[in-house]
Amino acid sequence: MKQWRNFTKGFIKDNPVFILLLGLCPALGVTTSAFNGFGMGLATTFVLLGSNTVVSIIKNVIPNKVRIPSFIVIIASFVTIVQLTMEAYMPELFDALGLFIPLIVVNCLVMGRAEAFGSKNNIGSSIVDAMGMGLGFTLALTMLGGVREILGAYSIFGIQLIPGVTDGMLVFVLAPGAFIGMGYLIILFNYLKKKTA
Amino acid sequence: MVLSLFLVTAVASFTLATIYNLTAEPIAQAREAKRQFAISQVVPEFDRLESRNFLPPDGGDSLEFNFAYKNNELVGIAVNTWTNRGYSGRITAMVGFNTDGTIIDVVHLQHAETPGLGDKIEKGKSDWSDQFRGIDPETTAIRVKKDNGDIDAITAATITARAYCDAVQRAYDTFASHVLSQTKQDGGPAL
Repeated sequence: MKQWRNFTKGFIKDNPVFILLLGLCPALGVTTSAFNGFGMGLATTFVLLGSNTVVSIIKNVIPNKVRIPSFIVIIASFVTIVQLTMEAYMPELFDALGLFIPLIVVNCLVMGRAEAFGSKNNIGSSIVDAMGMGLGFTLALTMLGGVREILGAYSIFGIQLIPGVTDGMLVFVLAPGAFIGMGYLIILFNYLKKKTA
Repeated sequence: MVLSLFLVTAVASFTLATIYNLTAEPIAQAREAKRQFAISQVVPEFDRLESRNFLPPDGGDSLEFNFAYKNNELVGIAVNTWTNRGYSGRITAMVGFNTDGTIIDVVHLQHAETPGLGDKIEKGKSDWSDQFRGIDPETTAIRVKKDNGDIDAITAATITARAYCDAVQRAYDTFASHVLSQTKQDGGPAL
């Protein structure tokens, strides 16, 4: 029961993007379509899973003073692994996301979970936490990407909603639309959080 | 303290080196496949490729010319061209020419244009780049209509359309000065 709560907290109660407001740079930058948001979310989930697990394994070996540099080395390694594997075996996905993958290194969500959770809890809880947080992040990015794609291009996951109409409200594809969509989703998630609490 | 940090970095570098070695081959294959696919989209069916580099007349990086042969007859030339005038940096594209200098087709290779606007230069996203098909750059001005050309611009992405025209024009200029001029002098296909 405790682990289940640990897992589900990432979706609404402690949603990394809309409640904790972590990792906003990729959340605003890559979510021009639902698919881009989804792919970025999954890549981040993988990195988070790897770094949280390794950090919780070696937390007793790493002296407190050098823990931050060690965490960064671990996170950067996982990001590079994701980038190389994706380019080698999923070239299409790499074409869409390649530019954004190095951004995961400086995603404060990954660093934040390593510091706040991985370095203080055992391996099992850390894996559950990383999965919950990562999928919550994926959910947030897919939702924001979906909203922007529906309004900006009248399509969802590349499928046209109105046949023949491809030019939607351009502002939602551009940067201002990311902030507007983000603002309304933050309102929605805080409302949901109050309701469920 | 120093030792543990050293150990962390040592293990990390070893792991990365291993992964790099494992993926180097598939990555090279994926890139080559991408290039081959782009070539096959802009020239007719071929059984042999020959690559040579030529410098564009206006200076800058050389362009890679891929001469496509079928039964030892030149059927088309795929030119890997570029422009630095994109909205977010360099755009590369593959332009296919017939031996008489008309354009067969154009596909983009790499760009970082605005998703939803400038990325309409991609074949899969819109049919905008189809208007290059079959035109003869001698008689058709490869400029957007705003610049007194014959190419329709992309709504809200004129800079991208202008840059793409620049890349196609660069391919044609290089093609004309290195390949077409030779053909005319010798009175037959020089290649």
